[in-house]
Amino acid sequence: MRFSGFKIIKEALRGHKGWQATWADANPKAAYDFIIIGGGGHGLATAYYLSKIYGKSNIAVLEKGWIGGGNVGRNTTIIRSNYMLDGNEPFYEMSLKLWEGLEQDLNYNAMVSQRGILNLIHSDAQRDAFIRRGNAMRLNGADADLLSTAQIKTLYPFLNTDDARFPIKGGLAQKRGGTVRHDAVAWGYARAASLRGVDIIQNCEVTGFIMAGGKCTGVETSKGPIRAQKIASCVAGSSSRLMSLAGMRLPIESHVLQAFVTEGLKPLLPGVITFGAGHFYCSQSDKGGLVFGGDIDGYNSYAQRGNLPVVEDVCEGGMAIFPNLGRVRLLRMWGGIMDMSMDGSPIIDKTGIEGLYFNGGWCYGGFKATPASGFAYAHLLATDTPHETAKAYRFDRFSRGLMIDEKGMGNQPNLH
Amino acid sequence: MMIPHPLLGLRDSAEFTYMGDASLMMRPEGMPDVNETDASKTEDVMAAFVEYGYLRDNVAGQHRELWFHEQGDRSWLVVTRDTNTHEILGAELARDVARAKGRSK
Repeated sequence: MRFSGFKIIKEALRGHKGWQATWADANPKAAYDFIIIGGGGHGLATAYYLSKIYGKSNIAVLEKGWIGGGNVGRNTTIIRSNYMLDGNEPFYEMSLKLWEGLEQDLNYNAMVSQRGILNLIHSDAQRDAFIRRGNAMRLNGADADLLSTAQIKTLYPFLNTDDARFPIKGGLAQKRGGTVRHDAVAWGYARAASLRGVDIIQNCEVTGFIMAGGKCTGVETSKGPIRAQKIASCVAGSSSRLMSLAGMRLPIESHVLQAFVTEGLKPLLPGVITFGAGHFYCSQSDKGGLVFGGDIDGYNSYAQRGNLPVVEDVCEGGMAIFPNLGRVRLLRMWGGIMDMSMDGSPIIDKTGIEGLYFNGGWCYGGFKATPASGFAYAHLLATDTPHETAKAYRFDRFSRGLMIDEKGMGNQPNLH
Repeated sequence: MMIPHPLLGLRDSAEFTYMGDASLMMRPEGMPDVNETDASKTEDVMAAFVEYGYLRDNVAGQHRELWFHEQGDRSWLVVTRDTNTHEILGAELARDVARAKGRSK
């Protein structure tokens, strides 16, 4: 079934009786060529690209809960490629390019909206840092524009550029950045993968790895053992927990990041604004709710909920930059668990165990990376070599001193 | 979260800075002995230090971790906390924990 405007009109006239299930819920076979553990955005994207780009078949995606119920449904939906370091920027720029063609590729409306992202500047030092970053982005083919206070005033007339606690002195804009309907990303990839014959198996928790002669040959699951040639972990947030079943320790701590959405409002924020000085960022969803967040709570957690001091901190940041939010009510707040890596950058690599592959350590940047992460991981699984843009995302970068530390914080995961 | 400080009683965790897994107290020697001629032993020392610096157990469940009372008496605590529920099960002075392990004076 293809989605199209014509199809919608046709179904409207027929009482919407012709719609089918978006993807097929599969039962596990005894063996596959590829098992991807984790049916989030990254896992489903991996399965899709593995089939479509690398021509592989006999692929299963195992999901502990349900499709769209993990971090792919808990993020704040922002896409951008405004990174600075060589190990990161080409990868995230590839991701943004994939986002730009995603809906046509998947034939699924993911509501990709390139409404632009703006990082505010408040000091000379911040301006220098953002100019450097903008230049690094442009060198890697991304778009970046340094905006003056006057230009920002045109875009966002309500921002206080005169006498705020952190006066706005400019901004770094990426016009191609924006937001995407996050659930639709999971559904779209699931549908596209399912149509290509990938088995998506929900409520199937991996409880162990089957090892033979030092090689990983399958997984034990809540639905019984499943064998495979190659097994790919893709469970950011729970990576340490899963990989400990294979006896691995990772350069990762799990931390909770909270996010918030307000009641629906009339159009207020045309784009995404990040207010680094106040540890706050915000966008407005198509339903009208302001979606915002700030820092991680800062301690190891698997609880999927945070504590009040950070709620207060984030809301204070919000009030500092948007005093007009003062009387808006919060509709929902929630927490998601993320793999905070030791340098703030992800890992897409083989493990020391033959047949077992790893994708994780996304910190709080996993959503925007979804297409490129799937693409690069599929490349690794299909060819056993890292993708051109993901060469730096190796386990051994820590022992070799090749960390990709955008913020220069060192091996303290809660500071990235 | 309220942390039961052994000297000060219940204190808000917001007064503290989280400093990671308590095993970080047991820092291995980072440099090989200058007189060491066995290359594999030199590599072992380096490997142990990389492991110390970058690898974590990151358990889901009871976790022993360091909290620095930065906005308080500036003591370091070893707090035992459940990472699934955030329940705090106990707190000791990191100094006492280190001494019990034979560290320092």
